[in-house]
Amino acid sequence: MAEFALPANSKIGVGQTYKAAAGAKNIKTFKVYRWTPDDGKNPSVDTYEVDMDSCGPMILDALIKIKNEMDSSLTFRRSCREGVCGSCAMNIDGTNTLACTKYISEVKGDIKVYPLPHMPVVRDLVPDLNVPYAQLASIEPWLKSTTQPPTRERLQSPEERAKLDGLWECILCFCCSTSCPSYWWNGERYLGPAILLQAYRWIADSRDEAKGERLDQLEDPFRLYRCHTIMNCTKTCPKHLNPAKAIAEIKKLMVERAV
Amino acid sequence: MSVANRPVHRPLSPHLQVYRPQLTSMLSILHRATGIALSVGVLYLAIWVICAASGAGTYEAFRGFNSSIIGRFVLGGWLFCVFYHLFNGIRHLFWDAGYGFEIKDAYRSGWLVLIATAVATALSWIVGLRLI
Repeated sequence: MAEFALPANSKIGVGQTYKAAAGAKNIKTFKVYRWTPDDGKNPSVDTYEVDMDSCGPMILDALIKIKNEMDSSLTFRRSCREGVCGSCAMNIDGTNTLACTKYISEVKGDIKVYPLPHMPVVRDLVPDLNVPYAQLASIEPWLKSTTQPPTRERLQSPEERAKLDGLWECILCFCCSTSCPSYWWNGERYLGPAILLQAYRWIADSRDEAKGERLDQLEDPFRLYRCHTIMNCTKTCPKHLNPAKAIAEIKKLMVERAV
Repeated sequence: MSVANRPVHRPLSPHLQVYRPQLTSMLSILHRATGIALSVGVLYLAIWVICAASGAGTYEAFRGFNSSIIGRFVLGGWLFCVFYHLFNGIRHLFWDAGYGFEIKDAYRSGWLVLIATAVATALSWIVGLRLI
């Protein structure tokens, strides 16, 4: 049964406020979710006043500035700072996106930053992604074939290759899965949009020979069919991919092979 | 026990509490809510038939309730539920056939469903009142 309220240990309190240096004229306020396993306290939201005159344009720039200059204990994942690694996925201004590709100027008023929704928190903005990673492993995301391997690469026609566009670009940041209410309520049994898009990436691959087996594995009231076409996934994808469409294609294949 | 070895009870990150309501999720939950309302509405229909079968007196009492402010509110709400669930159901059929998945199209079809629902509800309310 879906639990709509936060458990007692997850209720969010008011945290500390870090003022900008005196003389700062162009201030933007960041409200950032904090939790550490070290002190046994509930999570809280800390307030940081950031001087925009000495800050880069992206949310990630501000987070790094906070960590460097105001509060070195602030913890978040980041790596490429150009939207290809998926590390800095978080909930910014109410929707999930990558901190590195989201402009500070896009947000009106105070900027609220939370970890990806409905996930166990490791610390601050770092969610525990073990379940989605295990779900990724469960769909066996690699090329499977039973026929004798060719002596050279497996060829595809340009049309066959084109079917993978919009699928291969996924960086597994899990913005989509953690935006999906269905995944919130059934995250341990429903695979979620990110993993289903990955599943379709292999189902749609002309070189893969395990299509039937892959569909068998997905034919389940929870793994696939908890998708109710809410479309939060496609709406929030920072790479502008379409997980909802990929899931619909899987559902269509299920019907096609049944009739 | 050292801090590093202590078992950790991780908090759950906020979800409904922080996620921005948007047309995608709001229309989806409205579809489910109207579906539930329609199931309850079938009971209302059954009570109506039972009242009709129980004689003129009870039927008149039921009619009286329908004409009251609360009765009209219930019937009007039910009408909205019928049309919203119907039109959004058609939207779902298009999705099931693989159409309308671009965000632009999903927003267009969403607003279209809302407008169609408002018009159909208003029209059938007006026509229905004339027929009584």
